[in-house]
Amino acid sequence: MTVVVEVRGLVKRFEGGRVSAVDGVDLATQEGEYLVLLGPSGCGKTTLLRTIAGLERPTEGEVLIDGQVVNDLPPRARKIAMVFQSYALYPHKNVLQNIVFPLKAERMDKDEQVRKARWAAELLGIDALLDRRPRQLSGGERQRVALARALVREPHVFLLDEPLSNLDAKLRTSARDELKRFQERVGTTTIYVTHDQAEAMGLGDRIAVMDRGQVRQLGPPVQVYDDPADTFVATFIGSPPMNLVPRDGRFVGFRPEHLLPVEHVHGPDRATVPFQVERIEYLSGDRHVYGTATRIGEDTRVVARLPATVSTPIATGETHRFAVDAGRLRFFDAATGLRADPVPVGS
Amino acid sequence: MEAATTRRPGLQTHPRAARRFADNDRQLAIWFLLPSVIYVIALVAVPFILAIGFAFSDVTAGDPSFHWAGLDTFRRALDDPVFWRALRNTFVFTVISMVLIVVLGKILANILVADFRGKWFVRFLVLLPWTTPVALSAVAWLWMLDSVYSPIDWVLRNVGLLHGNVYWLGRPGLAMASVIAVHVWRLTPLAAVIILAGLVAIPKDIEEAARVDGAGYWRRMFEVTIPLTLPVAAVAALFGAVLTFTDMTVVYVLTRGGPTNSTQVLASWAFIRGIEGGDVAQGAAVALFLFPLLLAAAIAILRAVRRMEVL
Repeated sequence: MTVVVEVRGLVKRFEGGRVSAVDGVDLATQEGEYLVLLGPSGCGKTTLLRTIAGLERPTEGEVLIDGQVVNDLPPRARKIAMVFQSYALYPHKNVLQNIVFPLKAERMDKDEQVRKARWAAELLGIDALLDRRPRQLSGGERQRVALARALVREPHVFLLDEPLSNLDAKLRTSARDELKRFQERVGTTTIYVTHDQAEAMGLGDRIAVMDRGQVRQLGPPVQVYDDPADTFVATFIGSPPMNLVPRDGRFVGFRPEHLLPVEHVHGPDRATVPFQVERIEYLSGDRHVYGTATRIGEDTRVVARLPATVSTPIATGETHRFAVDAGRLRFFDAATGLRADPVPVGS
Repeated sequence: MEAATTRRPGLQTHPRAARRFADNDRQLAIWFLLPSVIYVIALVAVPFILAIGFAFSDVTAGDPSFHWAGLDTFRRALDDPVFWRALRNTFVFTVISMVLIVVLGKILANILVADFRGKWFVRFLVLLPWTTPVALSAVAWLWMLDSVYSPIDWVLRNVGLLHGNVYWLGRPGLAMASVIAVHVWRLTPLAAVIILAGLVAIPKDIEEAARVDGAGYWRRMFEVTIPLTLPVAAVAALFGAVLTFTDMTVVYVLTRGGPTNSTQVLASWAFIRGIEGGDVAQGAAVALFLFPLLLAAAIAILRAVRRMEVL
């Protein structure tokens, strides 16, 4: 069963209206979609998720689940399941009792409860751990128990609040992969909150980039990466972030991987950039070249990322001829930070 | 030998780097521990050993010379039916008080944990009974429960629920109930504050997860909140038990164990025998009966605390 979650004109203020955590958000998921809320800490993404869950009351606006306004419904009546950042497992209950808890609240038949709990546990590969207490589990196992507890009631919507942030870096990558496959299998609409752009890019069907309580851009990962709506999105996503060079009241933006030695830029229309190299880093096969870009705009420190396939010798202290494919240039208004019309940058 | 006494320049200690007294952890530890060690020895260990000694002697207020009496004193104490009455009363008094203190403390803690205007003031009011000196509050209750001038009776009379007087402290059953009520009134705030600390320590996420999981108020209360505060509530219960078990102030001020020993407890009986009656040996022997139970309670408290750490 796939269901759409929608928020309209949502505002959430704290401390008697002085702090706006969510400041006018309109957002709708598509059926069975994996929607990621991405933003720096304090951008309001968790508050937005908690408002959808019913743990916070919106100051203004509406939350709709399956077309129904649910503002006045308590969390338990919303047919949602949430996985908390801390997993919030019940420490005094064993794994089976944890998973069964939502079913007990539904007054489901005892045998049916256990049958469903085992089904969820098998799906997540934790059926051998049913007798353990949460404190006897590793971080990854706890996360799966939390997922099983969310899954077992067959909710209309999954809400996940940074479920991978408590795992170590290595485990995070494999857990991310598992999460994605898991969602594809159950096909439930999922809203996922994270501050980690790699998680967002890897998991999301669409990404909503948030800053200071507002959605700055909503779109598929490719679009958010290639066509950022403003300078915030351009510099928040990408590692290293997009280079922004001031020129005539605009910013000329280009991704580090598009700034290449001139012989590697083959397009008919290219902007050449004399590049004074200051420092080179080797990172997993790529060369990150730091230096000052000239001619394309005001002299600005930028980064170029050269893949291993580019073997042009580069030395620090020298000026090399680099270039960017003109089709890769993005333009932003310097005053508003929003996308602006392209201007000719010369060759 | 000459070479050993002249220091090499490199080894010379810098004058300002000299080890200060405060840098010496071992010495500091001894000095900081000393006051409490002296206190415990002088006011706990010595009286306790003296009490054991007296219990096996025939010391009285009139004849303080020590003669070994073996188990005679115990035999005399156990032969007295008042002792058995006091022992039974002590258990009744403790068990009923403890249950009431924990249940009421739990309810009070739930009220105090809620967020409302002026909660600071309400918390202060709730703690007052515990902060008032026992002797003072017991005397106040003595007036409240007075056989003739009791304001409680006066109110009941004026509402029309009562003719004459209740004689709160004058009838055996009522006297026991009064003593328990005053004790519960006094210790409930302490239990409430202990349980409050436990409630506040429950992570907010767990409470919220239970709400999202579909649990209503009562399910959250009985399946999440109470199990998670159980170790703390156990500590509150055991504290309540110890303080009730050893308390004689309330009993002594309100009833002096009367009427006809119906509210007599071990602590007050030991005092009446040993100090007022001058039979120091028997007072000590009666008081020693408190020891095994207190020991059990202390072990139980320490175990509950350890469970809290594991959780």
